[in-house]
Amino acid sequence: MKQRTVIDLSDLPSYGFGPRSPTWWGTLAFMALEGTGFALAAGSYLYLVYIAPSWPLSRPAPNHWPGTIITLLLLASLIPNHLLERHAKRCEMRQVRLGLLVMCAFGILPLVVRYFEFPALNILWDTNAYGSMLWVLLGLHTTHLLTDVGDTIVLTALMFTRHGHSGRRFSDVEDNVFYWDFVVLTWLPIYVLIYWVPRL
Amino acid sequence: MSSAGTVPTERQRLRDTDLDRASLERWLARTWTTPRGLVGALSAVDHKVIARRYLLTAFAFLCLGGLSAVAMRIQLSGPERGLIGPDLYNQLFTMHGVTMMFLFAVPIVQATGVYLVPLMVGTRNMAFPRLTAFSFWIYLSGGLFAWVSFALNMGPDIGWFGYVPLSGPEFGPGKRADVWAQMITYTEVSSLAVAVATIVTIFKQRAPGLSLDRIPLYVWAMLVTSFVVVFAMPAVMIASTFLILDRLVGTHIFNPAEGGDTLLFQHLFWFFGHPEVYIIFLPATGMVSAIIPAFARRPMFGYLALVLSLIAVGILSFGLWVHHMFATGLPKLGASFFTASSMLIALPNGLQIFCWLATLWEGRPVMKTPLLFVFGFFFIFVAGGLTGVMLASVPLDLQVHDTYFVVAHFHYVLIGGSVFPLLGAAYFWFPKLTGRMMSERLGRWHFWLAFIGFNAAFFPMHIVGLQGMPRRVYTYPSELGWGNINLFITVGAVAFFLSFVLFAANLLRSASKGEPAGDNPWSAGTLEWATASPPPSYNFARIPVVTHREPLWADRETLPVASGLRVDVRELLISTIAEAKPDIREKSATPSIWPLFAAIAVGGTFLYSIFTPWAVIWGALPIAVALIGWFWPKGSPEDEE
Repeated sequence: MKQRTVIDLSDLPSYGFGPRSPTWWGTLAFMALEGTGFALAAGSYLYLVYIAPSWPLSRPAPNHWPGTIITLLLLASLIPNHLLERHAKRCEMRQVRLGLLVMCAFGILPLVVRYFEFPALNILWDTNAYGSMLWVLLGLHTTHLLTDVGDTIVLTALMFTRHGHSGRRFSDVEDNVFYWDFVVLTWLPIYVLIYWVPRL
Repeated sequence: MSSAGTVPTERQRLRDTDLDRASLERWLARTWTTPRGLVGALSAVDHKVIARRYLLTAFAFLCLGGLSAVAMRIQLSGPERGLIGPDLYNQLFTMHGVTMMFLFAVPIVQATGVYLVPLMVGTRNMAFPRLTAFSFWIYLSGGLFAWVSFALNMGPDIGWFGYVPLSGPEFGPGKRADVWAQMITYTEVSSLAVAVATIVTIFKQRAPGLSLDRIPLYVWAMLVTSFVVVFAMPAVMIASTFLILDRLVGTHIFNPAEGGDTLLFQHLFWFFGHPEVYIIFLPATGMVSAIIPAFARRPMFGYLALVLSLIAVGILSFGLWVHHMFATGLPKLGASFFTASSMLIALPNGLQIFCWLATLWEGRPVMKTPLLFVFGFFFIFVAGGLTGVMLASVPLDLQVHDTYFVVAHFHYVLIGGSVFPLLGAAYFWFPKLTGRMMSERLGRWHFWLAFIGFNAAFFPMHIVGLQGMPRRVYTYPSELGWGNINLFITVGAVAFFLSFVLFAANLLRSASKGEPAGDNPWSAGTLEWATASPPPSYNFARIPVVTHREPLWADRETLPVASGLRVDVRELLISTIAEAKPDIREKSATPSIWPLFAAIAVGGTFLYSIFTPWAVIWGALPIAVALIGWFWPKGSPEDEE
């Protein structure tokens, strides 16, 4: 079949931020499926609450302080996270490197506190269904946190190499910011379920 | 102009505008072809290579699933036959269901999408090609995991939906239920990965001008399906993860004695399980919507209505899951709601069928094998839909629950609604895959043997089901009088199986001796027919520009194209989401062995985790290493622009 050229693509940029980038859409799709998983786990918890004669099945409510500290840390992390986004969009390497280091710290700190959060639940996973669901919800979010912190550390290392000097890498940093917002957002309903639903 | 065949110097930035057609094709082939050798083959990220592997693997699992069905039917062909004992029979019907649902039906429709979607939207590869490669390796190893377990007498024996408490720690000793749970989670990772890649390919990699209201209906179907996968599959993964936790570390999520609930498993499973039917069915409707216009020789009637129907079916599919649970004694109000929603979904499905019939009515249909399978689909799927409306009624469902009536219904829906269109699609797109036509004569024999065999096997199941024969029994006493009808069913099942043998023979013969097909043997209108058959590694030498829903019918002589992409690196055009305006030139991932290593690491972790929860801890390390290898740039100059 003969062809006739009607559009010249030569002048298009080689990367884009946000919804212009396919990676952003991929990240969004993963958020959708992970969010569905979280919603279903939360729904399962509420289902068990609904059918239980009493909740938390005659057990003490968890100590809410470690979880609350994590919540505050995660909410505070949103400020450097969005500063990082601004720097990434301007392709400011020094600030992006600094911002990523800060975000690594904001990722690791909640994991340290989480180490103390599991015992503060005041119940083991194999005690009863209430304990099982608490550990499952916290476990799910911990896995989520671990994978994103791992991803942030690798990206930080990458930005300190020559590979960082690429528009596409700055776009990756912005996608990482986007995903961290999701990690924070998913924690908030889980925090309410774990610490405040048993106190209702 | 650069001379063809020379290696570009560093940062040469060779573009397609710098080359004549022959040089351009050589350069593109050099850039996009999958590397040779074993490592090259294991590193492949070309969507066509991955899709072919997917298709062949799915066909192999179809054969295994079919053989297990034939074995069961021979056992049931007469009363009190001793060919297969109850233990093996339990494994056989479980492996049959698991294989057909998780290892054949979903993977094959997704594989077809992996092959066709990039060609139909006018791009050179899937978005996230390494993720697509990873999904294949995960799928292959997940399937092998299940069947090797079966061969080692560790196969699951709890039915394809693995209900607790049967699959729980109390009633499911040994590792059979663990194999089921981990294999389910594992293979769904593969489906989710493909769904994400498909959504992004359709949203962001469409050819200029291929706006949302011009997307081929098959692509729309794959888009809606991928969304259904994204929102449905996590449910079964959550269910199977809860199950393995109950079994492996002693949680009590499904244990009523400690505040858990067995029905929770059913809710989670069917929140996935009913949309699953549409994950299989929607792509098939897309195939029908591709085949009919090509053979009716006119554009599809009611394009917008069909798109809206696809979306409506996708959404409504999430509102039906409780109709699988009417017999569990749910509140009447809930049952009424799910009866209504189950009947409601007949509306968009019916609308689609009327649009297809109207297209045929107003066209000049050419009766070739693909269209024959579409007619078979009409007949069988409508029959299955009618019994579906019957089963949506609670009183009838309570009467025939877990009988062969239900078995007949869902085989009519699944095989009629998915397998017949798939077979039609195989005949339709085989020329594009291989460059050769399939035998029309063998195709007609295949159709009639399949159609008659299918109906002979499954229609009498309605009758024996109404007579009370329960499903999943390995035998029945002779005094019930079900012997003759079961013998008839078995003969039909064997005939249906033989029709696939005939199909395989046609595939093999046609792949080597079929007539050369040419680029567009059916004179169809969509973009996949604008390139060679089989397509080159780069799909299109220049990216087509679309001005019409059937671009090849609108521009019969000269195809408008875009130029300016680089040819010395794998560059893709990224476009805007609604109007598909050119937006970015972005590099596509190069071949890599790391997706295979990542799949091995994930597979090893899942396999080991049926024995100890520590597998998750130890498995994290190789998974992390593989993922870092996967994502770390190679360091070519292009990465440092």
